Amino acid sequence: MTKVKSLADLRKMKEGLESKLNLREKSNNPESLVQIRVAMATCGIASGAKTVMEYMIDELEKRNIEAVVTQTGCMGYCYAEPTIEVTLPNQDAVVFGYVNEKKANEIIEKYIKNNELVDGIIPVNYETIKK
Amino acid sequence: MKELSLHIMDIIQNSIVAEASCIEIELIESKSENIYSISIKDNGKGMSVEMLANVTDPYCTTRTTRKVGLGIPLLKQNAERAGGSLTITSELGKGTLLKAIFQHDNLDRPMMGDIAGVIILTAAANENIHFVYTHKTESGEYVFDTKEIKEALDGISMNQSQVIRYLKEMIIENLIEIHYSN
Repeated sequence: MTKVKSLADLRKMKEGLESKLNLREKSNNPESLVQIRVAMATCGIASGAKTVMEYMIDELEKRNIEAVVTQTGCMGYCYAEPTIEVTLPNQDAVVFGYVNEKKANEIIEKYIKNNELVDGIIPVNYETIKK
Repeated sequence: MKELSLHIMDIIQNSIVAEASCIEIELIESKSENIYSISIKDNGKGMSVEMLANVTDPYCTTRTTRKVGLGIPLLKQNAERAGGSLTITSELGKGTLLKAIFQHDNLDRPMMGDIAGVIILTAAANENIHFVYTHKTESGEYVFDTKEIKEALDGISMNQSQVIRYLKEMIIENLIEIHYSN
């Protein structure tokens, strides 16, 4: 693979990818996709949220799962960071705590692929201050 | 935080919460002056004088989900431990400028870490915000501007793993060329 170094290289790369990427145009209809939000506040970042986010982006692509991975602020579960919120199409969001790469793998394989619940879910009625 | 890049990721979140539409990150390395400086400037809603005075207090936060705000105090602690300082200037309605300075050769200066990854992950997750990342060393300067990237990508979303990979590689290649230090 040639290296991308300038904007001109990027344009070239883009042309090569375009046909593939167009099929995956996501912004039109985000509800039909798996949505993942990684909590990225001080607490999350300090406990490894960046690694989890990179892992999620790479693995979902490798496993051909159409998903949008974005960031969110602190959800108030600092004790359980890194936390991620997963929303499957037409379902309520579920928040998972203590997510490392191993857990993230389990979430992809069991929850995202088969809709099977896995350990580590933070109940929605958990009380945070002043919520 | 173990790496300065993670501090940067954290501080950028403050700018995002302050509803900034443009965030400028500038890193300046100077071995001759023994300086490693990080500036983060945004055009968000800014802070009042009272808020600004309390912002380095760990018990000061705008969040309602928890009672502590450690992002800025932790960065301040790291900067001061590495013979440097942290200053913030802010004006309501105009934006905020945060500057953290470290001694370049200080053993207590954390490593920069994966700055390319931090910039691209943050930019991809917040595509509506204009990011300008400037890195200056004694050998040169590299500017990564998401406006230019968006034009080059011409409608393709940045938030996809292949694009993220290419952009990260692009940043790293350019940083190597200006002999950045970690």
